[in-house]
Amino acid sequence: MSGQIPFVDYLALEPEPHLVANECTSCGARFFDRRNACASCFATEFTKVPIGTEGELRSFTIVAFAAPGIPVPFVAGIIDCDGTTVRGNVINIEPDAEHVKLGMKVRLTTVPVGEDTAGTEAVNFAFEPLEGAV
Amino acid sequence: MASGDVWILGIRMTKFGKRPDDDIIDLAAEAAMAALADAGVTMADMGILAAGNLMNAQAGVGQQLQKQIGQTGIPVYNVANACATGATALRTAIMAIKAGECDYGLAVGVEKLSGAGLLTGGSRKADDEEWTPHGRYGAVGGVDGRIGTEIMPGVFAQVGMEYAHKYGGADFELFARISEKNHSHSTLNPLAAYTKKMSLEEIMGDIMIAYPNTRPMCSANCDGAAAAVVVSDAKLATLDPDQRRRAIKVSASILTSDPWQEACQILPDVNTLTRMAATQAYEQAGVSPEDLDLVELHDCFATAELVHYDNLMLCKEGEAVPFFESGATWRDGSTPVNVSGGLESKGHPIAATGIANIWEVCHHLRGEAGDRQIEGAKVGLAHVIGLGSACGVHILEKAA
Repeated sequence: MSGQIPFVDYLALEPEPHLVANECTSCGARFFDRRNACASCFATEFTKVPIGTEGELRSFTIVAFAAPGIPVPFVAGIIDCDGTTVRGNVINIEPDAEHVKLGMKVRLTTVPVGEDTAGTEAVNFAFEPLEGAV
Repeated sequence: MASGDVWILGIRMTKFGKRPDDDIIDLAAEAAMAALADAGVTMADMGILAAGNLMNAQAGVGQQLQKQIGQTGIPVYNVANACATGATALRTAIMAIKAGECDYGLAVGVEKLSGAGLLTGGSRKADDEEWTPHGRYGAVGGVDGRIGTEIMPGVFAQVGMEYAHKYGGADFELFARISEKNHSHSTLNPLAAYTKKMSLEEIMGDIMIAYPNTRPMCSANCDGAAAAVVVSDAKLATLDPDQRRRAIKVSASILTSDPWQEACQILPDVNTLTRMAATQAYEQAGVSPEDLDLVELHDCFATAELVHYDNLMLCKEGEAVPFFESGATWRDGSTPVNVSGGLESKGHPIAATGIANIWEVCHHLRGEAGDRQIEGAKVGLAHVIGLGSACGVHILEKAA
């Protein structure tokens, strides 16, 4: 054990951090959770596929007012990773509308969430600007 | 003429806002009694009751309402369908009449939301002492704020920004101007929760919730209820001339859910199911978007109103921005939208909304809207959407 645990089970940390989807073997629809049948074509066979780690910011919001316990402001993004849409925070950028731009290129990165009492570190994913931190 | 049409015979909404002295049954009873009186009928006539309420969906609001205003043994359907709950309740009553089970139905939507704050699903729980995967995504901790946002102002901000990315032209100021319109419209609506005009500067300078939605660009959580009495064509033909004159024809009643789209598991797709519902509604009613004299659409956030201009085909695809900029959706424009003030200013007591927006349209079609009357209104459309998703579209027409 590396002493690390992915924050969600569709984040793979090895060999390089990337997301993994369940892909319908019939129509190619992708899901980050389990399905009994494909929501698009109702077929029942799925295979694991890696998701590209670079993408384009298709939409975002800058959350300034959130539930207690959630640090604000933060940038919540919708990222198009080569045709597969992914949700994630956009980090390593000033969280304001002057810096965050629709259509900007981003890449997957990881964020340590913290260690639990057993010393295991949870690692989350997020996206950062491809052209270096702003 | 027994066409199989269903008509709205009576309809009312309560004053929206803070109603600390009334519980949900008081509010539901107030709306239901007023709708029955407006229709000129009583509970003895009703063949079905459909009761919409989201926040107390297990409470049996329909049966509680009967105990408050009249128990006759009729079937009760307690309905919950996110923000489309009211429209779903109304459609349930309409379907019972269309099925030939009864001649009269009563639909009620009620909610108490004052002080509910953000509709977020509460605060983030403290993380476990040991990281342990939970739920469908095997998450070891709360994901809201760590993997994007789950709050409604943020989700719908992304919906609007996605449209901005796809078609261009929409920015913070444009979205704020949509809110300016609705807050201006509600100054003429005494039943609205907020009736104070707001300047563009006030709206843009207010508390930012989730860019680009500031607080007045978000639907107002409040208390309220609305109710409608629907009647079959055959029964209506037997009623008094005055009842027939004020009856409003339900030319289309459509409910859709979201079909599979690539990104729908990531960002709810509020577009496809709305476009589907609108397409079906125009076909069922035999009207086109140009025929509409007014539209009440689901502006749960200013960012949502823009995309629904397009989804309801009030403008050409991709042209919602120039459509708004032309002034078309102001009350003196070619397609007045949300002359009630909309969810941003009239308020959004969730389950009441899907009937209250129909009340607004009927009020104009009857020529009874007073200061805010859209002159000569003959055809109107009411739209709601609930995330998850459910979309209700009703087209209403004045009696010929």
